[in-house]
Amino acid sequence: MPFFQLVEIVNFNIIRGTVNAEHCANQWKEEKMAKNELKKTGNNFLALENRKGVNRTYMQEQLSGILFVAPSFIGFLVFTLIPVIASLVLSFTEWNFLRGWNAVSFNGLENFKRLFKDDWFLTSYGNNLIFTLGTIPLLIALGLVCAHIVNTYVKAPVAVRVMMFIPYIASVVAISTVWMVLFQPSYGPINNFLMAIGIKQPPGWLTSTKTALLSIMIVYVWQNIGYYLVVFMSGLKAIDFAVYEAASIDGASGVQKFFYITVPLISPTTFFLTTMGIIGSFKVFDQISVMTNGGPGNASSVMAFYIYRTAFENFEMGYANTLAWALFVLIFLVTMIQWRAQKSFAVE
Amino acid sequence: MATGTLKKIDAPTVIYTVLFFFIGISMLIPLVWMISTSFKIEADVFEFPIRWIPKRWNAIENYKEVWGAEYNFGLFYWNSIKVTVLSTFFQVIVSALGAYAFTKITWKGRDTLFILYLATMMIPPQITVVSRFMILQATNLYNSHLGIILMTMLSTYGVFLLRQALIGIPQSLSEAARIDGAGHFRIFWQIMFPLLKPSIATLAILKFVWTWNDYQTPLVFLNKRSLFTIQLGMKQFASESGSYFSLIMAAAVSATIPLVIVFIFSQRYVIDGIASGAVKG
Repeated sequence: MPFFQLVEIVNFNIIRGTVNAEHCANQWKEEKMAKNELKKTGNNFLALENRKGVNRTYMQEQLSGILFVAPSFIGFLVFTLIPVIASLVLSFTEWNFLRGWNAVSFNGLENFKRLFKDDWFLTSYGNNLIFTLGTIPLLIALGLVCAHIVNTYVKAPVAVRVMMFIPYIASVVAISTVWMVLFQPSYGPINNFLMAIGIKQPPGWLTSTKTALLSIMIVYVWQNIGYYLVVFMSGLKAIDFAVYEAASIDGASGVQKFFYITVPLISPTTFFLTTMGIIGSFKVFDQISVMTNGGPGNASSVMAFYIYRTAFENFEMGYANTLAWALFVLIFLVTMIQWRAQKSFAVE
Repeated sequence: MATGTLKKIDAPTVIYTVLFFFIGISMLIPLVWMISTSFKIEADVFEFPIRWIPKRWNAIENYKEVWGAEYNFGLFYWNSIKVTVLSTFFQVIVSALGAYAFTKITWKGRDTLFILYLATMMIPPQITVVSRFMILQATNLYNSHLGIILMTMLSTYGVFLLRQALIGIPQSLSEAARIDGAGHFRIFWQIMFPLLKPSIATLAILKFVWTWNDYQTPLVFLNKRSLFTIQLGMKQFASESGSYFSLIMAAAVSATIPLVIVFIFSQRYVIDGIASGAVKG
């Protein structure tokens, strides 16, 4: 799906927390203070009630809290917490799902050792990195430059925004199917066009090991650029116009304004989009499942796809979980590096 | 012609406006090609140079085939609507209740639980998918819409989004109501819920589009054809009709265009919702 935030896992508050650390800290303080106050008034209230011999309020608060949080907590418990723990346990086992529960057998670190000898895993892991490094910086740069230009110069920015956003709202499955046909190497419209303008040996796109992943990356950038544009545009609106005016008076050129005002002031949005983008791009699945099935060979396989294949086509549930944790480690490391890098950049 | 009188229409404005309209339109070319091809007869699909308005029309037959008895896109649509609407509706309720509990009620373990919620947000869905599959198998919810709805409606994402909004509503408001003797449920329903409407709209829009376009969840948790959602139905159709590209494009149009039309009419809300979901604190 175009929504790289696969529904369940959007850790956007963590990110937002970091973006707006100060803001968050204040909020936290306010909350703490409010809570203390509430406690005080609550205690007075309790004292009052206690005199009458009733200690109802406190219990009532507890009960209400539990009742209100219960629906989301049950979901969290059943579909997140238990699965995460189960997955960790299963990652140390060998288990063919088709043979039932009795077939679960622990094999220690076997699965993790297997990773290093598994060609599909190594390729998918590397492809994930290539995919992220190839798409996210491009989307950020293009998105920001386009948003800046559309915001400052373009008449009818809403129309441009809508046109560029439509691919994002369209279903990935349908869109991927369309691109698959467009990319068709011998008579597809893209290669027809390339041959018409004189390129004798147009690329094989999805059918060649060299270009399969690249083709998917092109589709991914095409589909997601609208999202980056829209978020950047809305972030740019928040920048005080007076700053630009002051710079104009000082004789700053458009390019200077872009690099010395827009880029630094938009950095919280950039940070948010980079983090979300990285996490999302590591989970890319639909495009690959529809367009190439990981092929040719395993040239365009990525972790999400390989995990799916291992679990639901080969039924190796234990190893699939090992792979999933390997993916987690990769996402975690890359995100940490990006946070470090962007933080030091922001300080400067 | 005096320079400086027509300040608003300067060169960069003209150049960039033209350029970006050109870019915007080029980005839609694949979709235009899809629509155009879905009207053609199979023999004309790869005609080059591309004939955007078909010479030989076959639109009615193509769409009849897609929506007809054998493939039955009508059923896939119904399934998608059912899953998406129910999942979105319950997600909003569950998230609002949870967000209220995390902001307006003081109870033991609140902060610990919230940190736990936060911590698991980093975990990719690939980690939970196998266990979820087993849980649904064990509870007989595999291959049912109920299972999908339960899983997608109970995501913690909504709790975060609405909690953020509720924090912005002053504590004094609910305290005043408390002192006046209102219970939590009344405060929630009569005071907080109306105040939360803009954030709820954002959540509902995001959730609706995600669930509608979700392919992976139904792929893993459904294998009975009569239960397929539109995305799964589309994939199935594409792999079964092999190289009948005009038919495949008719299916792709059916899977894409209705949502795009809804989007064009409500673009302000959708874009603002998505952008504010991302930017605003």
